[in-house]
Amino acid sequence: MNAAPTLLSVEGLTKSYGGIHAVRGVSFALKAGEILALIGPNGAGKSTCFDMLNGQNVPDSGRIVLLGEDTAGEKPRAIWRLGVGRTFQITATFPTMTVRENVQVALVSFERQLFNLWGSTPKFERDEAGRLLELVGMAGYAERPCGELAYGDLKRLELAIALANQPKLLLMDEPTAGMAPRERIDLMRLTAQIAKEQSIGVLFTEHDMDVVFEHADRILVLNRGTLIAEGSPAEVRRNPQVRAIYLGEGLVYDARHREGASA
Amino acid sequence: MAFYIVQFLTGLASAASLFLVASGLSIIFGVTRIVNFAHGAFYMLGAYVAFTLTEQFSGAIGFWGGIVVAAVIVALIGVLVEMVLLRRIYHAPELFQLLATFGLTLMVEDLVVLIWGPSDLLGRRAPGFRGAVDFFGQNIPSYDLFLIVLGPVVLGILWLLFQRTRWGVLVRAATQDRDMVAALGVNQKWLFTSVFAVGVFLAALGGALQIPRDAVNHALDLQIIVDVFVVVVIGGLGSIVGAFVAAVLVSELNAFGILIFPKISIILVFLVMAAVLIVRPWGLFGKQEAPARRTPGLTVNPWRPLTSGERLAAIAALALAAGLPLVGGNYALTVGSEIAIFVIFAVSLHFLMAVGGLASFGHAAYFGLGAYGVALLAKMAGLPMIVCLLLGPLLGCLGAAVFGVFAVQLSGVYFAMLTLAFAQIVWSIAFQWVAVTGGDNGILGVWPERWAASPSHFYWLSIGIAALAVIALRIIVFSPFGYALRATRDSPLRGEAIGIDGKRIQWTAFVIAGTVAGIAGALFAYLKGSVFPDSLGISLSVDALVMVLLGGVETVSGGVVGAIVYKALNIWLVSRTDLSKLVLGAFIVLIVVAFPKGIVGMLETIRNRRRPKLSKPASLTSRIETAE
Repeated sequence: MNAAPTLLSVEGLTKSYGGIHAVRGVSFALKAGEILALIGPNGAGKSTCFDMLNGQNVPDSGRIVLLGEDTAGEKPRAIWRLGVGRTFQITATFPTMTVRENVQVALVSFERQLFNLWGSTPKFERDEAGRLLELVGMAGYAERPCGELAYGDLKRLELAIALANQPKLLLMDEPTAGMAPRERIDLMRLTAQIAKEQSIGVLFTEHDMDVVFEHADRILVLNRGTLIAEGSPAEVRRNPQVRAIYLGEGLVYDARHREGASA
Repeated sequence: MAFYIVQFLTGLASAASLFLVASGLSIIFGVTRIVNFAHGAFYMLGAYVAFTLTEQFSGAIGFWGGIVVAAVIVALIGVLVEMVLLRRIYHAPELFQLLATFGLTLMVEDLVVLIWGPSDLLGRRAPGFRGAVDFFGQNIPSYDLFLIVLGPVVLGILWLLFQRTRWGVLVRAATQDRDMVAALGVNQKWLFTSVFAVGVFLAALGGALQIPRDAVNHALDLQIIVDVFVVVVIGGLGSIVGAFVAAVLVSELNAFGILIFPKISIILVFLVMAAVLIVRPWGLFGKQEAPARRTPGLTVNPWRPLTSGERLAAIAALALAAGLPLVGGNYALTVGSEIAIFVIFAVSLHFLMAVGGLASFGHAAYFGLGAYGVALLAKMAGLPMIVCLLLGPLLGCLGAAVFGVFAVQLSGVYFAMLTLAFAQIVWSIAFQWVAVTGGDNGILGVWPERWAASPSHFYWLSIGIAALAVIALRIIVFSPFGYALRATRDSPLRGEAIGIDGKRIQWTAFVIAGTVAGIAGALFAYLKGSVFPDSLGISLSVDALVMVLLGGVETVSGGVVGAIVYKALNIWLVSRTDLSKLVLGAFIVLIVVAFPKGIVGMLETIRNRRRPKLSKPASLTSRIETAE
């Protein structure tokens, strides 16, 4: 594991909105084949952090080195070109196309054929699209209109799309949000399996602690914009600060609330 | 110096009416999300009704009372329209709403001529404001001073209405999230109706107040609506302060633009609008729209290339069409050529709308540019026809390339309004730049050379090019580029996340559509032997939209069927009735309300319903078993 190359290293990532420090000096690294979870209570800065990594948000300061290139402030499409696949918290697919075509568009883009006016997309890399769908267990749905899919299947399709550019890193924003418990486990098991097989690094945010503790190799815990803990699931589970946030949140809130009321 | 101050004050006075109309449009849009194209028609109706009332009743009370009563009457008409028509289409795509209200505008134009006659009407001077004020030797009409004061007063009243009344709070809440307001138990129906009434009242008042300044005529509606669109694009839709600032800005630019570029003053407004859009794409005071909640139940018939049987059928239909010269006379061939040309025009817009999701309301600009390109090359450079046909459309291509850069920065209704404004700018250049374009007289004597001169030869040329255009665009639809364009329409977020530069893709599609429209225009110039500013006009742009809609906007080649049916119907109608706008407008409204899927869309839906459902894939059943 230690011999694996570093895919992503983040140093002193900072972003504030007005007077609010959404993310303050966050630093971490991610190696090939490693599954890293980014957790924290609502408003901890997970999404802001994530959006800066995938190019939807520009950091105020700090460095993001992705596959050897500084990508802070780059557009999402430029980051994708480096070999980063991503899935969204609320699935984003192309509802008027079939499931196979959804993957084919990603392949078109990967092979830089976007401005090709002549070829036939339905015939474009059919086998490769089929292989990716097979990989996520969606081969039987290839010719279905994507708009008809159930939510869990959309999540699988998104994973297939995210794998189309032979990524070295997957960014998954709450990959199991809105899914049934059984589907959650299945999807993450599948993701972990693919990541290990192809030595892809995975960074994901998640609210479901069962999913996090079962699948993550390492966990980062954010609270109010700063990283308060980092380590293996067992280490994080033992960390008193993390326990206070996740188990004693009500008490913390109550204490502050009373302070605020008396001030 | 005094002269410039007077010019400035004249600009301010013109801003008053523009602000009233634009704020009305903004308020209606804010709550109902409908861009009310008929706003110009209500403005015009306000002027006509006020004219009649102020002629009937004398004295100051008769005049001022007449103006207010006129606005109230028109507002009541607006309420009727809202209840009968708009309530049915609030959840339709925005394109349909724009088209339905445009259909209404067409109907009003003919009705106004029926009631008040075609000639200009000169209204009374306002009692108490008949004279002029001397200002260092320059005269300012005192009515202008009244209008200058009125603008800020109305702004203040609107502000009080929105900040200090319960109704105003509801309107502001609905502007932010109308679904939430409905969920809180507010009767949305009546809120929408009242908002529409207020908006229409403002438009009609703006029209009524113009009668002492300008003659009333039946072209007022389109004149004002283009200015209003420019104002709300600059100011930001939904912002009343934005409407005020932009109305003043546009009016001043017009007032001073005449001094700087006497012939093409509108260029100045355009440059400012372009600058604003680059810096603030949603206008000076506008906000980026939150993505709309997706309309549920959106059924899409999946697109696929033609089967070999269908391909044969298409070739047979083309062969049949090519046989027309055997049976038809010269008139039939000319009509046939015109239909073929409109097929090209319609499929170019259809490509942009169906595949790109970009509803251009000014597509005639590129058609007309192609036509002018040919006419200028043939008349001035004296080039042979084949060269003109090849080079002429490049003017359309060029226009689309320039305007497209700005247009693709926006989407939805902003895109529609911006393309409309661009088309209107091109139209005014053609109209005003008499030295080059001949202005209203157009360019005459653009006849085809001998090899294409006979009606049958020209007909074959037209359907040949039409067939090529349709085939080429179909190939593009199923090409990687076509899918990238659809991907950008379906989900810009996902598109960007798989490396698609959506704006560049859309710009390229815009240029392709503009070039193909230019080809249609080039042929049209040769068919008619002349070019007039009409071939850039709004009504031609709307013709194209109706053809696309009639054929079916969710289909691959619905534009072909739409163009044939609509153009044939149109030519037949114009020969049958004087009230073609009334009938056409009613027809548009009917399609939007009753047949939103269009002809081809309906046929496909029927066919899909008949086809037996696909059996469940094997892996699905096995997965269900394992899940259990």
